[in-house]
Amino acid sequence: MPLEKVTRVAGKGVYVPGDDIDTDRIIPARYLRCITFEGLGEFLFYDERKHEDGTDKSHPLNDSRHRDAVIFLSGENFGCGSSREHAPQSIYRWGIRAVIAESFGEIFFGNSTKLGMPCLTASAGEINKLAAEIKKNPELQIEIDIISAVVSYGDYTFQAGFPDGVRHSLVEGRWDPLAELLEGAKEVKQVAASLSYFNT
Amino acid sequence: MSENLYNKVWEAHAVRRLANGQTQLLIGTHLIHEVTSPQAFSMLRELGVPVRYPGRTFATVDHIVPTDESEEPYSDKLADEMIKALRVNCDEFGITFFDLKSGKQGIVHIIGPELGITQPATTIACGDSHTSTHGAFGAIAFGIGTTEVRDLLATQTIAMDKHKVRRINVDGELSPGVYAKDVILHIIRVLGVKGGLGYAYEYGGEVFDRFTMDERMTVCNMTIEGGARCGYINPDDTTFRYLKGRPYSPKGPAWEEAVENWRSIASDPGCAYDDVVNIRAEDIAPTVTWGINPGQALFIDENIPDPENCPEEQRASIEEALAHMKLEPGSPIRGTHVDVAFIGSCTNARLSDFKEVAQYLEGRRVADNVKAIAVPGSQGVGVLAEELGIAQVFRDAGFEWRNAGCSMCLAMNPDKLVGDQLCASSSNRNFKGRQGSPTGRTVLMSPLMVAAAAVTGEISDAREVFDLQITAGA
Ligand code: SF4
Repeated sequence: MPLEKVTRVAGKGVYVPGDDIDTDRIIPARYLRCITFEGLGEFLFYDERKHEDGTDKSHPLNDSRHRDAVIFLSGENFGCGSSREHAPQSIYRWGIRAVIAESFGEIFFGNSTKLGMPCLTASAGEINKLAAEIKKNPELQIEIDIISAVVSYGDYTFQAGFPDGVRHSLVEGRWDPLAELLEGAKEVKQVAASLSYFNT
Repeated sequence: MSENLYNKVWEAHAVRRLANGQTQLLIGTHLIHEVTSPQAFSMLRELGVPVRYPGRTFATVDHIVPTDESEEPYSDKLADEMIKALRVNCDEFGITFFDLKSGKQGIVHIIGPELGITQPATTIACGDSHTSTHGAFGAIAFGIGTTEVRDLLATQTIAMDKHKVRRINVDGELSPGVYAKDVILHIIRVLGVKGGLGYAYEYGGEVFDRFTMDERMTVCNMTIEGGARCGYINPDDTTFRYLKGRPYSPKGPAWEEAVENWRSIASDPGCAYDDVVNIRAEDIAPTVTWGINPGQALFIDENIPDPENCPEEQRASIEEALAHMKLEPGSPIRGTHVDVAFIGSCTNARLSDFKEVAQYLEGRRVADNVKAIAVPGSQGVGVLAEELGIAQVFRDAGFEWRNAGCSMCLAMNPDKLVGDQLCASSSNRNFKGRQGSPTGRTVLMSPLMVAAAAVTGEISDAREVFDLQITAGA
């Protein structure tokens, strides 16, 4: 099954400030009681967005001006905590197609890539500047060129951080590694045979 | 050439280089549970791909299991559905499942070691970030997402980048009342919750040499809270003694061979690391968290930080944490009122954790208005605790003694905080809402500190409450 080549993400942005935003906050554990990922979008940041009676709190994602944002901005160590793929799944299913943060939890970063959702790094300065522009003009069109990892808006551009390997996977439409992993079956068998614990 | 364990184990399991530069890494042992696996099995079915090496995957149920009901169907229909899905998946794909009636069910990171499935010189993955626990045996063990669970089921491999390795030495002697939990909370406090990004942690030094396997597991368990995806300890005689005779441990001549291999995989003297950190055991006191991530911690004698006196860039997150925790800046953490006391989780729910607490808890009573629950990490731990009279000590003191599971560590089951209750907890995450109530508050600490909080009704110094000799402290 050929995958989409992710070479460009463009559209509106939304900024959710904070450092160390963990996966429990991105999607509370009670919404993991499911056997598919379908419908997880509506639980994104649920407890941050909703009061206990289900009414809306003030939150950037509840702001109708940001509802169709595709680029998500946050602070340091975004997505730290658990390995739950439900976290990037809920972000993706909300409609987000790329995340820009100062740094990422490692498992979250990998999970996002494997959904075809790039996670790019940028300095606090660049993120704050872009967030301020979004605040001024929520309609601001932002473009991320995945090939060069250059982010542009208005007449401003900056270079984001994006590891070569991940970029390659996305740009070539090979972000789902399963097909390639399956091709290595023969070598896998050889390595497995060399490990005594594997064969008991 | 001298080499560290991480690089040796990596080399032994590296299959080939992928087009994007990542490594196709063989995962020798795959553990699964009910929360992060169902979608992976569905994807396999959709693709029509079988499980490549079903004998190398082991399953159990832990997260959603109610700990106070023992008969199915459970009152929680979703929980019931998830358990049934795992049963069907294991059955269809030929995977060993330590089900509720097996006597071997428990938190995946507790039963792997207990059954001898977790072994040195192996690679271990599970759709669960606390898979780092298994590194205590000298394995490269880490959490993966559900798409990777699918990859692993289908190919026994995943696409992975190699980590740098940071050696963390803790030398000297821990004082009475200072536990493995305090050591790891202290390490995270020193290095920060993102200090480990891109690293594997190798723990060593005199303190780790003396630690039991249970203590080593407590430390490795929380490695991910410091941002490192895996952490390990070189295997030694303590490791081998623990593993000998366990159900899945090698037997007969294979045992001798395995031990020889395990010894050879340990980091060589003088090998290189990308970074080295040294910590003195004497500098560590009983530690508790005050905030909303595990790095926001302090010694029991310290005061809660005041954002006014903190560096500008930390101020916002400290204020956010204090607002959630409803704590007074600048005031002592000790004396904070506690509503719930929880001893459990993959960090601290092994037999030794309950045994240590029981010797001090005997003859004491949980304070009025504190709900105290003790949840063994596995059915095996539960049975032994009953046999040794430990469970009864907890009950007599006013704890509820429950069935094995994750319980209030993440509250996917009925064990939850209510409203803004404050919980003294032996678990590993104090994230907002972690224990089931969006406004609930979690204070992480060692099991004995939880017991001290339970009997006094407030955050207390276990060394005073239980009359331990205080020789260190901040
Ligand atoms: S005890 Fe807690 S941290 Fe451990 S596996 Fe269960 S939910 Fe995760």
